[in-house]
Amino acid sequence: MTVTEEARVTGKPTVHPRRSWTANVLKAREAGIVLALIVLVAFTATQNSRFLSGQSIRDILLGTAILAVLAVGQAIVMITRNIDLSVGSVLGLAAFAAGTLMQDNPGLPVIVTILVGLAVGAVCGLVNGALVRFGQVPALVVTLGTLYAYRGVSFFWAGGRQINADKLPVSFLDFGTASLLGVPWLVLIALLVLVVAGIVLRSYRGGRELYAMGSSPQAAQLAGIRVGRNTSVAFLVSGALAGLAGVLFAARFGTVDAAAGTGYELNVVAAAVVGGVAVFGGSGSVWGAGLGALLLTVIGSALAVLDINQFWQQAIVGALILLAIGADRLVAVRVAKALKKRDSHV
Amino acid sequence: MSDQGNRLGRLLSWDAAVVLVTVIVLIVASGAVENFGTSRNFTFLLLDLLPIALIALPMTFIIVTGEIDLSVASTLGLTSAVMGSLWDAGLTIEAIIPLCIVLGAVLGALNGFFVTVLKLPSLAVTIGTLALYRGLAFVVLGDGAVADFPRAYTSWVTGTIGDGPIPNVLVPLIVAALIFGVVLHATPIGRGVFAAGAGEQAARFAGIRTGRLKFWLYVVSGAVAGLAGVLWTLRYSSARADNGFGAELAVVAAVLLGGVSIFGGKGTLPGVLAGVVLLASLQNALRLQDVSNEALNIVTGVLLIVSVLLPNIVSSARTALRRRSRATAPVSPER
Repeated sequence: MTVTEEARVTGKPTVHPRRSWTANVLKAREAGIVLALIVLVAFTATQNSRFLSGQSIRDILLGTAILAVLAVGQAIVMITRNIDLSVGSVLGLAAFAAGTLMQDNPGLPVIVTILVGLAVGAVCGLVNGALVRFGQVPALVVTLGTLYAYRGVSFFWAGGRQINADKLPVSFLDFGTASLLGVPWLVLIALLVLVVAGIVLRSYRGGRELYAMGSSPQAAQLAGIRVGRNTSVAFLVSGALAGLAGVLFAARFGTVDAAAGTGYELNVVAAAVVGGVAVFGGSGSVWGAGLGALLLTVIGSALAVLDINQFWQQAIVGALILLAIGADRLVAVRVAKALKKRDSHV
Repeated sequence: MSDQGNRLGRLLSWDAAVVLVTVIVLIVASGAVENFGTSRNFTFLLLDLLPIALIALPMTFIIVTGEIDLSVASTLGLTSAVMGSLWDAGLTIEAIIPLCIVLGAVLGALNGFFVTVLKLPSLAVTIGTLALYRGLAFVVLGDGAVADFPRAYTSWVTGTIGDGPIPNVLVPLIVAALIFGVVLHATPIGRGVFAAGAGEQAARFAGIRTGRLKFWLYVVSGAVAGLAGVLWTLRYSSARADNGFGAELAVVAAVLLGGVSIFGGKGTLPGVLAGVVLLASLQNALRLQDVSNEALNIVTGVLLIVSVLLPNIVSSARTALRRRSRATAPVSPER
């Protein structure tokens, strides 16, 4: 307090020590991911030049786009100290809905399908949010339950049916592969989601409130933040984005059955956690989550190029989650120690 | 004191309600569902609920301390995969079974290390090891299967006592349930578990080493999941990396259905066993009605949510009613 007043009087710019600390930590995390990406890409490219071919890069970008859209939603929920394990099932449900819709109405514009996917996801997210908010049930239990419930709905609806690419209209499949000025549509949509969510979380009141809730729900409540409403909105957004990802999934792969996206929630949680979104809530950014999604996708594709058993992918996802939360813990302990030392000097 | 009695009463009534619902389901299903009441189906029902019941025993302890272990089904899968590859490598089954249980204990110890030594949230840790252990299971065995386990063992696991309806494996399950039940409800360890869940700091001040307690709970949970992996493999005579996929849902659902609070500090082992039986009989009855496994997951998922939602709704309705009656009584003289 005195530091700030002093600075105001002297007119010198103030640097709040705590903020600079956390900013450095975040930068370190994002820089770390970028470094890991560069090393991984360079190593893989020297082993096999096919890795940097146009087709390979395209595949990585398309894969990242879908995972990043999901990771943005997950990051928003995790920042409020909740978790959404149902995203993989919501993706599957929305993908099947989108595929069925396009198969039955080939003339429908793609934007309508996107809106339907968003709506399906939003309804699923709304149910999650309402159960967490009004039922006072931990998000873990709610979304573990709805993970299986939504997946069950998909199976109930689809049975053994599968939607194949040759039954889908060309316009929809084109949307999955076509690009604007060399950038695939899917990537553009993911970037749009990232930028909007990033700006809202960084500079708007609603976004800052989510961080406050995650840092301390009680304090946020006392500060007049509508914790319940914001929780519902966070789950709504996560659900809607998972629905959007479902439409992108259907457009990219063309083949959708009731099992589409099974187990995706692990990759999504990994992307967010690796990207520096804290499981305790209150810190992290969607940019980090997006980078995490890119890293996971590059690892998957590098395994294929390096001819390593594909089954390692899931084990690596698990190891990365443990590594990331372990590193977060280490940093948190260091920061706490440093703050204590600083305070004792004052 | 009266509060304690009240809480005890409420718990008992939840347990009683679960037992009552279980009995109703059993009676209705026996009447309405063809083949449900046969002794053959009874055997299958017990065989099906065995791995869930086994894993639910240590899971009850872990959830009562306020933690969770989502990695149990993956531990089961990894043990099964390792069992298959060791058998392929020519080890005897007598050597493999203890090795697999030790492996489970080691996997559990890793969870325990992350949760108690590094003090990481158990939810995040066990989501990580859920992915890690299942991934390793596929690395070990790929998507193939190992099937030629010795008949003496597989037929014992699927067999029944004196060719009656009671499966052989029910005996070790009952022994295990008795041990876990006595430890939880009649020993200092059990009191420590409840104390750690009700208030970790207070428990530490009372001299309970909560960290060490939780660590060993994860070790036991892993070892039991390993044993369940062995029994699963022998029952279907098939070691596969995807064995038990998704079983953590059924286990957590059964434990919460049995009246254990997800926030820790509350729950009883008999209640959990009733929850396991209820879940298994519902699934069995629906399966006999040709409901697919995946659609069954709707039932399990919804039951999981309802079992946590219901106590909250009841208690908040109760407080709301009490508040209203207290508020209206003095202010409304016309009544």
